[in-house]
Amino acid sequence: MASHGIKDRVAIIGMGCTPFGEHWDKDVDDLIVDASMDAFSSAGVTKDDVDAYWIGTATSGSSGMTLARPLQIQGKPVTRVENFCATGSEALRAAAYAVASGAYDMAMAVGAEKLKDGGYQGIASPKPAGDGTARTLTAAAMYSMIVPAYAKKYGLDEDQVMDVLAAIATKNHANGAVNPRAQFKKAVSKQTVLSAPRLAGRLGVFDCAGVADGAAAAIVVRAEDALGYTDKPLYIKAFAVSTGTGSGLIDPDYDYTHFPECEAAANDAYAQAGVTDPRHQLAMAEVHDCFTPTEMVLMEDLGFAARGTAWKEELAGTFDRDGELPVNPDGGLKSFGHPVGASGLRMVFECWLQLRKEATPERQITTDRTLALTHNLGGYPGEMVSLVSILGSELG
Amino acid sequence: MRGILSAAGYVPFRRLRRSAVPELLGTGGGKGTRSVASHDEDTTTMGLEAARLALGSVPAAAPSALWFSTPAPAYADKTNATAIHAALRLPAEVAAFDLGGGLRSGPGALTAALSAAGSTLVVLADQRDGLPGGPDESFGGDAAACFLVGEDGPGAPVIAEMVGSASATDEFTDRWRSPGERRSKVWEERFGETRYLPLGRDAWSRALKAAAVEAGDVNRVVVTSMHGRAAKAVAAKLGVGEGAVVDDFSATVGQAGAAHPGLVLASVLEQARPGETIALVHLADGADVMVLRTTEAIGTWTSVRPVAEQVENGGDLPYGKFLSWRGMLNPEPPRRPEPLRVQSPPAWRAEDWKFAFVGSKDRSSGAIHLPPSRVSMQGGAVDDMEPISLAGTPGTIATFTIDRIAYSPSPPIVFAVVDFDGGGRYPVELTDVDADDLKIGDRVEMTFRRLYSADGIHDYFWKARPIRARRG
Repeated sequence: MASHGIKDRVAIIGMGCTPFGEHWDKDVDDLIVDASMDAFSSAGVTKDDVDAYWIGTATSGSSGMTLARPLQIQGKPVTRVENFCATGSEALRAAAYAVASGAYDMAMAVGAEKLKDGGYQGIASPKPAGDGTARTLTAAAMYSMIVPAYAKKYGLDEDQVMDVLAAIATKNHANGAVNPRAQFKKAVSKQTVLSAPRLAGRLGVFDCAGVADGAAAAIVVRAEDALGYTDKPLYIKAFAVSTGTGSGLIDPDYDYTHFPECEAAANDAYAQAGVTDPRHQLAMAEVHDCFTPTEMVLMEDLGFAARGTAWKEELAGTFDRDGELPVNPDGGLKSFGHPVGASGLRMVFECWLQLRKEATPERQITTDRTLALTHNLGGYPGEMVSLVSILGSELG
Repeated sequence: MRGILSAAGYVPFRRLRRSAVPELLGTGGGKGTRSVASHDEDTTTMGLEAARLALGSVPAAAPSALWFSTPAPAYADKTNATAIHAALRLPAEVAAFDLGGGLRSGPGALTAALSAAGSTLVVLADQRDGLPGGPDESFGGDAAACFLVGEDGPGAPVIAEMVGSASATDEFTDRWRSPGERRSKVWEERFGETRYLPLGRDAWSRALKAAAVEAGDVNRVVVTSMHGRAAKAVAAKLGVGEGAVVDDFSATVGQAGAAHPGLVLASVLEQARPGETIALVHLADGADVMVLRTTEAIGTWTSVRPVAEQVENGGDLPYGKFLSWRGMLNPEPPRRPEPLRVQSPPAWRAEDWKFAFVGSKDRSSGAIHLPPSRVSMQGGAVDDMEPISLAGTPGTIATFTIDRIAYSPSPPIVFAVVDFDGGGRYPVELTDVDADDLKIGDRVEMTFRRLYSADGIHDYFWKARPIRARRG
């Protein structure tokens, strides 16, 4: 038994992505139609060419009809998937695996989420109370516990960590400021970040990703068919998922300075893709910066920085858009908000633009590397799912 | 010999400075403080805390019945004693009854237990409300008390026996409250005072006679009443020696209604030596007097957490918070969805976990699972766990945070990852805490609380609180 992956067997031939933000005038069906039509047109196909569909949404619909109805897909298999914040990436994984298996020639993945209709700050999905003993803490509070833990473990004071987190927010906002699809198209100063009202622990408003609506879509075919649709397909190098047991919450050895699920998913993905030195092999990475401390810790979990050094690397600009390894060059969740089902495919869309050199010139990264990584995590420190994908513009 | 086998009082952590009332309202208040149940406490949770302390002194004891008496029950119709029963993990064959209603019911329950059979855990609790600026608000208090009553035995000997008692009953309207209301009303004070004085003297003289003691032989007297003037007047006429009338905590706790005689009596027992004569006088719709004598065994009985220590260990509560906790002020809640009602079948299935903080311990790896799990997180053993309760196990804060946006009846939520002594970790909300004073490494203990209420169903579960008092 092993994780073999599907390296170079499937390619993305078309993508679409709506602007992310407060789409008061669109419902989830509109977002789905917008992203899907862009993807069809990008691939030069119609819905009749696609053999099977997957729709990822966490809360904006149930069943494949969430996609079949707005697109009026008749007589085709359409399935809804959900896996916390990896939902959109799971839709693409399902579509790609279906094509790799030989079951279909062409498949499509759509991720969509409509969160702004809820009427609450943050992501609020009231669940049945059950026995009434479940934690009611916000995600911001759970992730805020990284700050004192990381500071203590690596001998920093908490103000130093907050300075690093402000640098992360500033970097991602600067990237989003020049991205027309971002929710927040505005650079922020470190001072603004540091003086924002605190929401949880030491995390302020600018340490937390916003809430947004959005959708993104991708169409995949067998790798050998890809050049029939586009000169510049993106080949799927790896998909890895690691689903935690939740035991980190009750394990006295867990120290809130790393996410084992993310490390496991990354290691699996690197093995599938043949990546041995991610920092020097990847052209870019889109990581799940739901909160600024999450990105800091992820730099270590994903192998971009040695344990205890991510804070230095962030300050040194290693992960800036013009740095050694650009991280979240599109602005990340920080600038895009986090429509749960759409975020994973939005990250893939950024890889699509950057590896094909189709980002607007002011934000196009310059590199001769051909691999990009996307990463999602969903849940909380100690109990999360994580998904890592690796994409490449060349075979081999 | 039948008598009291153990006793304890519970005083909640928060104190309202009476002088804070006129600072806001321009009137009312007074000197000293009153105790205030936290927003997550009610008479059931306070009663449980008293019961845990009382049983903590006599771990070998096995009550055969639980009687819970309060004029401020968390539920009508549904028995409140069953939640205390569940939290104490008492066996199903132990009956649990609520003994209702009036201010006289507390000492009534204790007297009844002393003349009943079997080993009875008598739990008394009260929470006193009043309108802002009024005397009930300032001079009422919140507290609980618990007595284990039964036959003398090796594991739990009698520490005090009742040597005499008497009641004087009369029907008159001095203080009243409609069911469901939080505010009491009172008749003109002088009327009650003139009723209580003869009733108290009558009951007192008959109780002394029954006990065959003279007033001057009584070492300590507890006099309690929501009618403060009557209590003072009766105390002055008892004919006991100077200094025999004990401090009734009016200046620190306030009068905690039906629980108050129990609270003060428990405190007296904590200080008493063998062979003392102790009397309790409670004035409510008549007068009830009990005369107790301590035994040799009280010399070796020790309180887990003396009342006096709890009275000392209070923390200030701003008047605005007090008003919002009591429903007199409605501050803007966090803009988050309010929780839905607890579901009855899952709560029942999780009874030991939810009410008694019982997890499971893997027999092979020793890994502790909170909540209990069928499959081990270490080694993967299936259905090979034993129950383990961590309700009484202290722990240490591994890390903590403050959530300013989550829903809470009293935001913000202070939350910590707690490592229990001897193994086991649980991330849990803290209570009775001032977040500014909190540090990683602080010591905490578990406490049974009411998390919220929805559709009239109370969500009882455990939180952690800082350990402040010395442990015996």
